[in-house]
Amino acid sequence: MSDSVAVVATHAVPAHHEELGFWRTYVFSTDHKMIGRQFLFLGFFMLVLGGLMAMMIRWELAWPETAVPGLRWLPEPYAYEGIIPPQTYNMLFTIHATLMIFFVVMPIMVGCFGNFLIPLMIGARDMAFPTLNMLSFWVGLLAGLVMLAGFFVPGGHAAAGWTAYAPLSAKAAYTGVNWGQNLWIISLLILGVSSLMGSINYITTIVNMRAPGMSYFRMPLIIWSLFITAVLLLLALPVLTAALAMLLFDRALGTSFFLPEGGGEPLLWQHLFWFFGHPEVYVLVLPAMGVTSDILSTFSRKPVFGYHAMAFSMIAIAFLSWIVWGHHMFVSGMNPLMGTAFMMSTMVIAIPSAIKTFNWLGTLWRGSIRFTSPMLFALGFVSNFLIGGLSGIFMASTPVDIFIHDTYYIVAHFHYVVAGIIFALFASVYYWFPKMFGRMMNEPLAKIHFVLTYIFFNATFFPMHILGVGGHMRRIYNPTQYDFLHPLQPINVFITVSALLLGLSQITFVTNFFWSLFGGKKAERNPWKANTLEWAAPSPPPHGNFDALPVVYRGPYEYSSPEVEDDYLPQNRPLITQSSAPRTH
Amino acid sequence: MARGTTVRKIIEVQASEELKIPSFDGGGPPSSPIASAEPTVSNARLAVLMFLAAEAMFFAGLIGAFIVFRLSSSAWPPPFQPRLPVTVTGVNTVILLLSGLTMQLALRAVRAGKSEGLIWHLLATVLLGGIFLGIQGYEWVRLIQYGLTVWSGIYGATFYTLVGCHGLHVLGAVLWLTVVLIQARQGRFTAERCTGVETCSMYWTFVVGLWPILYGLVYLY
Repeated sequence: MSDSVAVVATHAVPAHHEELGFWRTYVFSTDHKMIGRQFLFLGFFMLVLGGLMAMMIRWELAWPETAVPGLRWLPEPYAYEGIIPPQTYNMLFTIHATLMIFFVVMPIMVGCFGNFLIPLMIGARDMAFPTLNMLSFWVGLLAGLVMLAGFFVPGGHAAAGWTAYAPLSAKAAYTGVNWGQNLWIISLLILGVSSLMGSINYITTIVNMRAPGMSYFRMPLIIWSLFITAVLLLLALPVLTAALAMLLFDRALGTSFFLPEGGGEPLLWQHLFWFFGHPEVYVLVLPAMGVTSDILSTFSRKPVFGYHAMAFSMIAIAFLSWIVWGHHMFVSGMNPLMGTAFMMSTMVIAIPSAIKTFNWLGTLWRGSIRFTSPMLFALGFVSNFLIGGLSGIFMASTPVDIFIHDTYYIVAHFHYVVAGIIFALFASVYYWFPKMFGRMMNEPLAKIHFVLTYIFFNATFFPMHILGVGGHMRRIYNPTQYDFLHPLQPINVFITVSALLLGLSQITFVTNFFWSLFGGKKAERNPWKANTLEWAAPSPPPHGNFDALPVVYRGPYEYSSPEVEDDYLPQNRPLITQSSAPRTH
Repeated sequence: MARGTTVRKIIEVQASEELKIPSFDGGGPPSSPIASAEPTVSNARLAVLMFLAAEAMFFAGLIGAFIVFRLSSSAWPPPFQPRLPVTVTGVNTVILLLSGLTMQLALRAVRAGKSEGLIWHLLATVLLGGIFLGIQGYEWVRLIQYGLTVWSGIYGATFYTLVGCHGLHVLGAVLWLTVVLIQARQGRFTAERCTGVETCSMYWTFVVGLWPILYGLVYLY
C-alpha cells in the first residue's frame, strides 16, 4: 500500500520544465546541476595540467638535468632542449600544488559535488541564490585563467612555493619573478570572491531550504561535511585575502609588511597563511570524509555506525583546525613554548579523526559488503587516510618534526592525505555519475582503474617516507648534488617510474568517463538501491529536480531495516504500520 | 496535474497522521510534515549575515597584523612620524555613529509603513556617510603632506591599509544606500516588503560598528 503511493507520488507530477537555449542551458546556466558539472570539467582540466607538472617534477628528481621526453618543443627559458632549468622547476612545484589545492580538489569536491548534491540531497529545487551560484563558477573560472596566464608573462610563473613564504615572495628580486607572483596573488584574491559566494549559498540553502521532515540530524553526512566546509571556507579565506592584499602591497606599493629591512615581520606571513591554511586542509578533506561515510554505508547495506558521533567529530575537527596552525612552523624561529602548545592541540585532532576511522570500520563490520567501484575507492581513501593520519602524528611532535621538517617525509604525509582525496573523488564520480549524466560507467574498467591507481599511488608515495627519514630535502632541484643522498637515488627512480605509471593508469578513467558519457548503459533512478533523496529524482534530474517535493520520514542510512522486505528504506518512503494505516482517502 | 495534486494531498494526509513507527535509527515521523513557509531568518538576511562574518574575519586578519606590529615596536608612533589627528577623527567617529542611528530610524520608519520618514532618514544617513568620507579624505591629504605614506614605514602602511579598507567599505555602503534611497523614492518598500532596507542596514551597522574599534586601535592605542 504505502509502496504504491510512493511510486505514484514520484511519477505523477512532471517536474517544472521550460526549454532554454543552448547558452542558458550549458554556459550561463543557473541550474545547480549544470554548475556542478561545469566545476567538474574545470577541475578535471586542471587535474590533467597539475598531474603533468608532477610528472615533470618527478622526471627531474629521478634523472636530473636530462631532457624530458616530449618536451623539446618548450621554448627557452622554460626549458633548454627539453632540460628543465632550476627556475622552471621552482615554478612547477609551486603551480602543481596551487592548481591541485585551489583548482582541482576545491572545484571538484566542494564546487561540483557541493552544487550537485546539496539541493538534491536535502530535497530542494535549486540553491537559495541561483544567479550568485552561476557567478561563483564564472568568477572561479576567471581566477583559473588568471592563474594560467602567469605562465605567459616575462619572468615566468610564481616560484616561491604554494605557501609563498615571505620575504622570498615579497620582493620580485628574490625569485626573479615579478608578474607571475602578482598574478598568482590576484588569482587567489579572485578565487576568494568565488568561494565566498559559494559558501554563502551553501549555508543559506542548507539552513533554509531543507525538505519537510529533513531535520539537521537526518541530513546525509556528505551534506554535514559540505556544511562545515562552507563555514570553514567562509571564515578562513578572508584571512588569506587580508594576507594576500598585504603581500601585494609589499610587491606593488612598496610597503614592508613582510620585509624585515623595512621593519616588517616575515613570520607574520606564515602565521596568517597557516591560520587560513590549516582550516583549508579540512576544507579539502571533510567532503572526502563525507562521501566515504555515505558510500561505505550504502555498499555495506548497514547504517553508518555512530551517525551523531560522525557529525560531531567533523564539527570538532573543524573547530580544532583553527588552533593548530603553528604546527607548520615548529622550525620557523617561533617561540618554542608556542610550539609545545600547538603540538598539544594538534595531537587532540587525532581523537575525532580516530572516531571517524573506527566508525567507518564499525560500519563495515558484519555488513553485506558489495565491492563496487565506488566502494573500492572509498575503502582506498580510508586506508590511505589512515597512513597519512598516522604520519601526521609523528610530525605533530616537535622533537620528531625538527628532524623530518621540510624533508620528503612531509611530502609523503600530505600526499597521503591531500592526494589521497583523489580516491574519494573517484569514488564520488563513479557513485554519482549515473545521477549526473544518466548513464552507468563501465564497472570492469573501473575496477582495473582502482587496482592500478591503488598500487601505483602507494608505490609512489610510500617510499617518500624512507627518503624523508634519510634526509632528502623537499623542493630540491637535483638530489645527485648531495653525496649523502646518492644511496637513495634508486628510490627516487622507483618513485618516478611508479608516478609515471600512476599517471598512465588514469587513461582507463578518462576512457571510461567519456565513453560512458555517450555510450554507457542508461541509468535507472536508483541503481545502487540507496536511501538518500537524490535517488528519488530522475537520472539525470530535470530543471527543478523532483516530480513532487519529497517529504522525509527518517535518517539517510536505513539499510537492512527490519521493517521492510527490501534491504533499503529510502528517506522519502512513507511507512505505515498496521495500527495507524490511513483510515480513508 | 489534477492527479498530482490529489497524490500530494494523500501524502500530506498520511504525513499529518500520528505515525507510530518503531524507531530503528533516527526513525520516526517528520517533525513538520507540511513545508514550513517561513524560515526563522530569511534567505537574504542569512546571506548578509554570512557575508558580514566573512568581512569580520578579513578585518580580523588586518587587525591581527596591526597588533603584531604595535606590540613589537618599542615606540609607537615611531619617532619622526606625524601624529594622527585624534580630535578631528573623534568628531568624525561621532558623525558615523549618528549615521548608524539615522539608519535605525529609517528601518523603524519603513517597518511602520512611513515612506516619508524612510526617505528622509536614508538621505540623512547617506549625507552623514558622505561627510565622514570627506573628512577622512581631507585628513589623508594632510597626512600625506606631512610625509606619512604607505612606504614611509610600517606605521603608515598599517594606518592606510586598515583605515583605507574600512573607508572602501564605507564607500561601498554609501553607494548601496544611494541605490536603496532611489528605490525608496520609487516607492518600492512597504512595511511587509522591506528586505532591501533591512539587508542594507545590516551592512551599514557593521561598517559603523567596526569604526570605533579601529579608531580605538589605530588612533588612541
